[in-house]
Amino acid sequence: MPEGGTYFGQYVTIGIFALVGVGLVLGALALAKLVAPNVPDTDKYTTYESGIDPIGSGWSQVNVRYYIFALLFVVFDVEAVFLFPWAIVFQGLGTQGFVEMVIFIGILAIALLYAAKKEVLEWQ
Amino acid sequence: MELNLAEWQIIIVKVAIILGVVPMAALVGGYAEHKVMAHLQHRLGPMYAGGFHGWAQTLADGLKFLYKEDIIPDAADKRVFKLAPVAIFVPVVMIYLVIPIDRTLMIENLDLGLFYLLAIGSVSSIGLIMAGWSSANKYALIGALRSAAQLIAYELPIVLAAAAVAMLAGTLSLNGIVEAQDWPFALWPIGIGQVAFLLFTVGSVAEMTRIPFDMPVAESEIITGPFTEYTGMRYIFAHMFAEMGHMVAFAGIAATLFLGGYKPIVPWEPLEVIPGFVWFFGKLVFMVFLFLWMRPTFPRVREDQLQKFAWKFLIPVGLALILAVGAWVLYAPESIKG
Repeated sequence: MPEGGTYFGQYVTIGIFALVGVGLVLGALALAKLVAPNVPDTDKYTTYESGIDPIGSGWSQVNVRYYIFALLFVVFDVEAVFLFPWAIVFQGLGTQGFVEMVIFIGILAIALLYAAKKEVLEWQ
Repeated sequence: MELNLAEWQIIIVKVAIILGVVPMAALVGGYAEHKVMAHLQHRLGPMYAGGFHGWAQTLADGLKFLYKEDIIPDAADKRVFKLAPVAIFVPVVMIYLVIPIDRTLMIENLDLGLFYLLAIGSVSSIGLIMAGWSSANKYALIGALRSAAQLIAYELPIVLAAAAVAMLAGTLSLNGIVEAQDWPFALWPIGIGQVAFLLFTVGSVAEMTRIPFDMPVAESEIITGPFTEYTGMRYIFAHMFAEMGHMVAFAGIAATLFLGGYKPIVPWEPLEVIPGFVWFFGKLVFMVFLFLWMRPTFPRVREDQLQKFAWKFLIPVGLALILAVGAWVLYAPESIKG
């Protein structure tokens, strides 16, 4: 385990990186602004709908079933939060730790099975 | 925290390297895609730009995008629309920080390397939703929802495969994972390594929204999905750089996690003379070729089939994999573990 200074020092690099990444995008966009033509025309700024004048708003109603997937994802992503610490130490925990994870994954599997039985994983 | 001058210089060099690598990866990857696809389909692909086998084709494409007018539709939510390419592109760059190229050659050797990869890799999906929603375009909206549903569904097999690797290696540090592979995990004779590798590969193709999992950008029905209204440099960053950058990054991750990274592909003494970074890049190129190969080979999967495949097949297999790896590590007799 590195000592405090270097440990957080690594994350300083990551932070700098994020900033420079943002800078790279903005820089390229600024460059494009310098060299690209700018000939405004109302037609250019209408919403693209395969060449036809757009009908209604772009923010239209969509299939509600996507939200089920979001819900299921939360279940499994929270699992990942528990899974990784366990994956590192489970050799030391032995059978007890393993059985606990079997039960935990079993509960999640039941959730998935329930969703499958309710037929929310398929389009009708 | 105080940083002295030398430390700042190191950071600046690191930043410069990665910022050069990602656009390069996009240019070379784009050219490779043109050429590999062309030859798989008995075509020549680009032959004119730059003279020798059209090597400058992607460079010329990039310059063309630089000279395109920047158009933001009147109906769009302009602030979010402008922010989206940044939110998509920057996380892709940040993946490269932790991939070990050679035993001592990596930007940052994080203790939590693997966890960091998975965390930062999933930020892009927020950018895709931002792009699709802010465009105020029906195609973009459908594309954004498809992207979101697909990226979260296929992130889970990746997470489970990565967890299996962490269990086998006993560490989240990417250097540690490579060191734990005397034999690459994908070549272990017991099946769990191969299943994890397949889960990861399929999941990463879906994360890149490439064929056969490219419903979010299916051009024959929803133009380019979330990027329909994008043009010029914004399009390049949001789609081209992000997709190619993702592809090379995922190839690097797969090489590290499953193919033994900078180590020789089999533990055989004479192979050690080849430097580690050559092994690493060889494996990376192999993975990139695999990803490119899929595009002219497979037909596109329908949206409902795509969701069904993830939730009813890949994720249950992933859960079973975790249990199998656990049982293997704890209960397999030492004699067969080798």
